[in-house]
Amino acid sequence: MSAKILKKRKPNRSIAGDIALYIFLLLVAFVMAFPIIYAVNAALKPLDELFKFPPKIFAQHPTLDNFSDLFVTMGKSWVTFTRYLFNTVFITFCGTAGHLIIASMGAFVLAKYDFPGNKVFFKIVTVAMMFTGWVTAIPNYLILNKLGWIDTYWSIIIPAFASPMGLFLMKQFMEGLPTSLIEAAKIDGANEWKVFSGIVMPNVKPAWMTLIIFSVQGLWNNKASTYIYSEERKTLVFALQQIQAGGIARTGQGAAVLVVVMIVPIIIFVFSESQILETMASSGLKD
Amino acid sequence: MKEYFQKYLTLRKHNMKVAWKKAKLRKMCYLFLAPYAILFTMFYVFPVVASIYYSFTYYNILEPPRFIGLQNYISLILQDDIFLIGVKNTLMIALITGPLGYILSFLFAWLINELPRWIRSIAVIVFYAPSIAGNCYVIFSVFFRGDAYGYVNAFLMNLGIIDTPRLWLIDPKYMLPICMIVILWMSMGSGFLSFVAGLQGVDRSQFEAGYMDGIKNRWQELWYITLPSMKPMLMFGAVMTITSSFGVADVTMALCGYPSTDYAARTIVTHLFDYGYSRFEMGYACAIATILFLMMILCNKAIQSLLRRVGT
Repeated sequence: MSAKILKKRKPNRSIAGDIALYIFLLLVAFVMAFPIIYAVNAALKPLDELFKFPPKIFAQHPTLDNFSDLFVTMGKSWVTFTRYLFNTVFITFCGTAGHLIIASMGAFVLAKYDFPGNKVFFKIVTVAMMFTGWVTAIPNYLILNKLGWIDTYWSIIIPAFASPMGLFLMKQFMEGLPTSLIEAAKIDGANEWKVFSGIVMPNVKPAWMTLIIFSVQGLWNNKASTYIYSEERKTLVFALQQIQAGGIARTGQGAAVLVVVMIVPIIIFVFSESQILETMASSGLKD
Repeated sequence: MKEYFQKYLTLRKHNMKVAWKKAKLRKMCYLFLAPYAILFTMFYVFPVVASIYYSFTYYNILEPPRFIGLQNYISLILQDDIFLIGVKNTLMIALITGPLGYILSFLFAWLINELPRWIRSIAVIVFYAPSIAGNCYVIFSVFFRGDAYGYVNAFLMNLGIIDTPRLWLIDPKYMLPICMIVILWMSMGSGFLSFVAGLQGVDRSQFEAGYMDGIKNRWQELWYITLPSMKPMLMFGAVMTITSSFGVADVTMALCGYPSTDYAARTIVTHLFDYGYSRFEMGYACAIATILFLMMILCNKAIQSLLRRVGT
């Protein structure tokens, strides 16, 4: 066994260096994870422990009281918790699904066909990744206003379709598909749509997951405070942050809110990590 | 000269014809690209153009925009002291957390790469989680609470480094450094993932050839083999880092308040938010957006030409 491990080691590594490395990584990992661990523990603490002095980092008697309190508070509010949850889930689901389909269609032709305007368009998309959404926030508001979409779900969903990051990753990944696969299907008489839906899409499933996690991350955390102002259409994150702002009496619930908000993207990532890494391997920006 | 020009024109015409024929042949492609292209133009390209246009106008949504030339830019640079604070803070944050976060992302991706497979996947989750953990960063306001019950205050007082509690998030002296710490904590984002994936894809036979050629330790291996074959990922990571470090606003607004004491934690984006959504001076806000846009694009171009030199 130990011989096997020794054999696997790269010959130009010192054992002392490896041990130092492990210890160092462990320390940094602890620092990175600490705020999240703390947040989860705070959410599990019963009220008397939250205000204990000196404070303990780990919950002594973990309970789910804070979560149930949160649901009670939200249940009593004018707009119910389920409505907020529905809003966010609806926006996240529609935005992600549409983005996946539209961006994949665009990425497919950009990656696999040569047509005039192909390179230029892709270049513009890469430039669009170079600035934050804040740059376009105000004209976007004016455009959505003209379209009459302000204060509807569409004001968040439709712009999410066009996210440049998704198209970029999808195109880079699709370039790795063998062209012979597509040509073989064409000889069999399949048209472009059939090639796309029957052959290309099933073969790029890792890239799906990546698009999904980036899109969900953006939409799930979207407060949308500037586009939506009717209470019954507000997103979960926005409503939860209102609770967080509720001061000292809401400390426990505020901690529960943090956990509710962060857990979804993290869980999706945990389950799709290997697929996401497979996609990111082709994420490089060549010029 | 004239002849040359004529030749050029016929060539152009010919090229256009060829392109047009090709385009006709590939009608399908345009159909596929159309939905994305239309939305992308509507929500990414057009807004940038519109933002530049509005930056030359006075526009408050109620009245139609009135052209005022460079007035917005002149007042921004010459009269608006708070904007200059914002520029200074944004540049400080970008210049410190940008490169540092970028290097740390690569360094940890590279160190993690040495680990056995299952430990590696846990490590990736631990490092990546902060950047997708929603607004988990507000937990730092508990750590840095201003009274003696705050963890950092209590810790430093127990050690005897300070004797009275510090108002970490209210005192302008400490605001920016604390925001930087939090931003660094969140900096292992998609660039980091790209590095991890890229490192796994480096050709193994290159390392073996490296041992033969006498590469002695991991540092030499890094510089001569790993970095050059990671160039495209390094570019991607740089783009992601620049985009996020110039767009800092959420963290500073959540931790230091909005507006913060003496505007000490104001960034360009916070200023834009202030004028766009609180004062509805859209023309002025668009001028801020345009300046931010130019800064980001120029910075990207500079970094890209720098990265092209890695390993050469």
